[in-house]
Amino acid sequence: MIDTLHHVEAPEGVDLALRLAGPAPRAIAYAADVAIRWIVYLFALIPLAGLLQEVGGGLFVLVFALGEVIYPVAFELLGDGQTLGKRMVGIRVVHDDGTRIRWQASLLRNLLVVADALPGTYLFAIASMSVSQRFQRIGDHAAGTVVVYVDAPPQRAAGAAAADAEPAPPAIALALEEQAALLAFGARSQAFSPARREELAKLATPLLRPGAPAAEQLAAVAAHLRGAERAR
Amino acid sequence: MKQEAFERERGPHWQHFERALNELDAQSKVSDFPRRYRLLCQDLVLARDRRFEAALVERLNALALRGHQHLYGARTRGGGFVDLFLREFPRAVRREWRLCLLMCLFFYGSGGGVFALTRQTPDLVYSLVGAGQVAQMEEMYDPSAEHYGKPRAASAGVGMFFFYVGNNVSVAFRTFAGGILFGVGSLLVILFNGLLIGGIAGHIANIGYGETFFPFVIGHGSFELSAIVLAGVAGMRMGLAPIVAGPRSRAVALRESTHRSVPILYGMTGMLVFAAVIEALWSGQPAIPALVRYWVGAGLWAVVVLWLALGGRRRAPR
Repeated sequence: MIDTLHHVEAPEGVDLALRLAGPAPRAIAYAADVAIRWIVYLFALIPLAGLLQEVGGGLFVLVFALGEVIYPVAFELLGDGQTLGKRMVGIRVVHDDGTRIRWQASLLRNLLVVADALPGTYLFAIASMSVSQRFQRIGDHAAGTVVVYVDAPPQRAAGAAAADAEPAPPAIALALEEQAALLAFGARSQAFSPARREELAKLATPLLRPGAPAAEQLAAVAAHLRGAERAR
Repeated sequence: MKQEAFERERGPHWQHFERALNELDAQSKVSDFPRRYRLLCQDLVLARDRRFEAALVERLNALALRGHQHLYGARTRGGGFVDLFLREFPRAVRREWRLCLLMCLFFYGSGGGVFALTRQTPDLVYSLVGAGQVAQMEEMYDPSAEHYGKPRAASAGVGMFFFYVGNNVSVAFRTFAGGILFGVGSLLVILFNGLLIGGIAGHIANIGYGETFFPFVIGHGSFELSAIVLAGVAGMRMGLAPIVAGPRSRAVALRESTHRSVPILYGMTGMLVFAAVIEALWSGQPAIPALVRYWVGAGLWAVVVLWLALGGRRRAPR
């Protein structure tokens, strides 16, 4: 319920889960983008000021007006939904059906930054993201886009240790939820300190033979549930 | 099937699928991709349903998502640049003809009304525009001014071109974006600009500078004023959609209407660039006689109206 997962139903009948980025990472990415743009403007201003005053001034107005829109649109299209700031934070823009962003949506959401920035402090953007289930600012609503985390490669190192345990069937029949909990424990147990591991494992009293270390017994059950081969 | 058996059996397929994704990322073609994608989707559903470890489900989800993006994300559209401007843009404008009429009424109505009022009560201009700006306008269009009668320096023309484009484009984008407030923002900007332009035109005519002002503005005005009105139309379309949603949900109405007004946005931007070209290269040349400017200006207005009214009629909209 409070997960920031956005499920997209693919035509194949599968729910694909997107992990939505909230206001904080997006604000950081946006601030980085603004900083990058201003640095570019600053460097543009130096040679432009050297030009004839009127040409340079006029050109600067143009660079500024177009840069505010062209910079994000160009990067979102060429960088697969990531401006430089978003790349730093590890988020990307996609359509709300999970597909790659195209230029129409990118143009719309970046033109509407002006509306999101009202009244001067991005209050509209923050308000819109707060009431939206998908953290969409006004421009996202109009363009039909969401900002999601770029998927990190899944971590699997912890699971390997649990597989070493000698598999043993559980003492009682387990419901699906309980099996899932045990699998999760097996996968993550190496991340805990031994004392904490033991403490957590002791909670599963119906499964445990008294006397023996609880964590090892649970690891064995988890290995059984994973379907690990019995060591020969 | 338990998790490890599942991974042993299906693992090679996933690795194969990942390689195919990497090849697709590198723009090469992969045969049999849709079938592999569907198989992967089955694996994902299976892994989720059996409550296999989160890391496994996550991995399959990430693979399926990438496959989904490749399979459904690569929609390309036909029609090049010329097609966009000559056909799709006028079609998009005509689809919103009611809003076009409404915004023209607001813009030219308020402008014309204030023009007539300012002609009668000249002081009205000072309640619309600050005294400093009025003085600046007077200086710009003073027939006896120093720069008048001399050709503009080329550099000034270029500088002004960039300035006009930059300034007008940001005004137009703001006019559009203001529409998100249920159309009110666009409406106010259009109304305010109409009042401003009408008031200044009236004042310039009052003090007898019309002979420099009107030949100057008639040329680029055709594209520039129309573009601002169209920015208002696109903004209104977006803002009104959630109010008059029809049979759709309000969120869907907003998204669809906004996407429908995209051609108006790029068409309008193109018009502003063209207007600035005219303004910098043609309107600013005082050597051309006023009569020629009037005729060319009228011709440009006719071009805009005919373009938007007739463009892309022959082939049915896709």
